[in-house]
Amino acid sequence: MAETATTAQAGSGETRRDFLYLAAGAMGAVGAASAVWPLIASMNPSAEVLALASTEVDLAPVAEGQRITVTWRGNPVFIDHRTPAQIEQANAVALDELPDPEADEARVVKPEWLVMIGVCTHLGCVPLGQKTGQSRGEYGGWFCPCHGSHYDTSGRIRKGPAPTNLPVPPYEFTADTTIVIG
Amino acid sequence: MSGFQSNNGVIRWIEHRMPIFSFLDHSVGSEYPSPKNLSYLWNFGSLAGITLVIMIATGILLAMQYTAHVDHAFESVERIMRDVNYGWLIRYIHMNGASFFFIVVYIHIFRGLYYGSYKAPRELLWMLGVVILLLMMATAFMGYVLPWGQMSFWGAKVITNLFSAIPFFGETIVVWLWGGFTVDNPTLNRFFALHYLLPFVIVGVVILHIWALHRFGSNNPVGIDTKGPQDKIPFHPYYTVKDAFGLGVFLVFFAAVVFYIPNYMGHADNYIPANPLSTPAHIVPEWYFLPFYAILRAITFDIGIPFTGVVIIEAKLGGVIAMFGAIAVLFILPWLDRSPVRSGRFRPIFRIFFVLLFIDAIVLGYAGSQPAEGLWLAIAQVSTAYYFAYFLIILPLLSVFETPKPLPTSISEPVLRGGGGTLAGAPAKPMEKA
Ligand code: HEM
Ligand code: FES
Repeated sequence: MAETATTAQAGSGETRRDFLYLAAGAMGAVGAASAVWPLIASMNPSAEVLALASTEVDLAPVAEGQRITVTWRGNPVFIDHRTPAQIEQANAVALDELPDPEADEARVVKPEWLVMIGVCTHLGCVPLGQKTGQSRGEYGGWFCPCHGSHYDTSGRIRKGPAPTNLPVPPYEFTADTTIVIG
Repeated sequence: MSGFQSNNGVIRWIEHRMPIFSFLDHSVGSEYPSPKNLSYLWNFGSLAGITLVIMIATGILLAMQYTAHVDHAFESVERIMRDVNYGWLIRYIHMNGASFFFIVVYIHIFRGLYYGSYKAPRELLWMLGVVILLLMMATAFMGYVLPWGQMSFWGAKVITNLFSAIPFFGETIVVWLWGGFTVDNPTLNRFFALHYLLPFVIVGVVILHIWALHRFGSNNPVGIDTKGPQDKIPFHPYYTVKDAFGLGVFLVFFAAVVFYIPNYMGHADNYIPANPLSTPAHIVPEWYFLPFYAILRAITFDIGIPFTGVVIIEAKLGGVIAMFGAIAVLFILPWLDRSPVRSGRFRPIFRIFFVLLFIDAIVLGYAGSQPAEGLWLAIAQVSTAYYFAYFLIILPLLSVFETPKPLPTSISEPVLRGGGGTLAGAPAKPMEKA
């Protein structure tokens, strides 16, 4: 034993032993990490939560100027049948006035139908403006009462702490007045 | 070990095989010498421990009746209130117990801040305390989600959303925390699991906290080290009886709230079942989070390089950093305050700033309950600035520039006027065995 240790010290054995320590340690770390990964991943959305991920909406009964709320993946989705005046108002804004510059056309498939996730991008409250009589904020769109974020008629952030525009979910028109979200 | 004796044969039999009785005697008994000048502010540590036990006992009973599912949680809590035998009592004790736990712990912390209990050699003891505070906050936050009322849901939503401020990974982390795309059934389930677990983790850290405490013993109102056995009295019976008296007083207040104003510290909105499609007009956290909530909302501006428009930290992230920073400064406090004098009694200038900090914390709490706009926003911003200035600027500067008052030569001196020399013999006698 003692002899081996001495020879190791004298020759190149010391670095060989260091290498073995390092290699074993690294393998151990990789092994531990791959064992922990499934445990962490188990907390991500499960298959049946993901399976609920699409919603069909019939838009025919929604009159011009009317706003409805549907649920998609547990979150409210705002659908706004916009009037020509509202569309024009959304287009009239210069992009460099916007905190999160985005053109109105980029946010819609058909300009009269604005579809967005109704969750404030600040900390997740549901903005007001869907029901008649609720405040629509200073830009005629939506107003989040939690910390005072104002959104315009395109759902873009104009004033307040929210950093980005109300997000547009993936959706497509499967018929003239039917959309599938998700 | 040497000091422990018993006439009881069973106790001696056990003690010989596992010396648990002498261990207890050394921990909270006659073999644990404590400074003889501790004031009532030293009662709050044991009170916190007892409150933790009350929370665990009532919590386990609630868990036997509670259903962690979004469709049943609210009703199961109403069932506890109406149908379960004494359910109302157990729930009101648990609900208000959380508030009293924080009252006790906040007093305990301010005691430490004033008497410099965080200074050497008690830095680790102090840091373990801050860990306990963080764990308590997480536990109380998740417990509040369980009854699944409007405040439960929206509080959970807003607070979990804080993590979305983390650059690049924010969204991924939040979805992982939720186990879905919003606060929903998976979230409620995991919060229940963690709410059950964390109090026991707290018990573990409390044991470490007490272990660290027993290494050097309690600090004291004068803040100087005890010089010998004449400065100490055995924990039992002197402080066990004092702690028991304090507990009695505490329970009078606790019972008054539980029986007469059980919902005083709560929010009426939490008796409305959670509705993911409608946010209440005012989301306010429980009172014990209000100062931190005020700090969170005080950062309404982006932080960047002046005059270039380059934003380094967006307001949302800045608020989150400030809120967690408010606790993080407590971790490094032992290295910010370098003054060798512990007790605020001998630090005339420190004392003024300390009183201001106390007022500041209350003002922050009030500001946190008001809408974050106009005057209250400005007040919250000034108070946030003072909070950080106290720890990061004032304490380091005072360590250098303040001239402390002369320290007494022993902890007996201020009590026994004239130095205590003449009387030292008398009170020292009963302690000589220690
Ligand atoms: C550090 C100790 C603890 C704290 C600070 C704490 C805090 C809280 C809070 C604030 C609530 C909400 C009360 C309400 O508004 O209704 C709650 C509920 C609850 N807690 Fe705890 N808790 C603790 C320990 C425990 C333990 C050990 C259990 C055992 C499993 C438990 C089980 C429950 C249950 C089942 C509920 C839901 C019923 C209800 O809302 O009253 N808690 N907790
Ligand atoms: S959550 Fe909408 S402004 Fe804060």
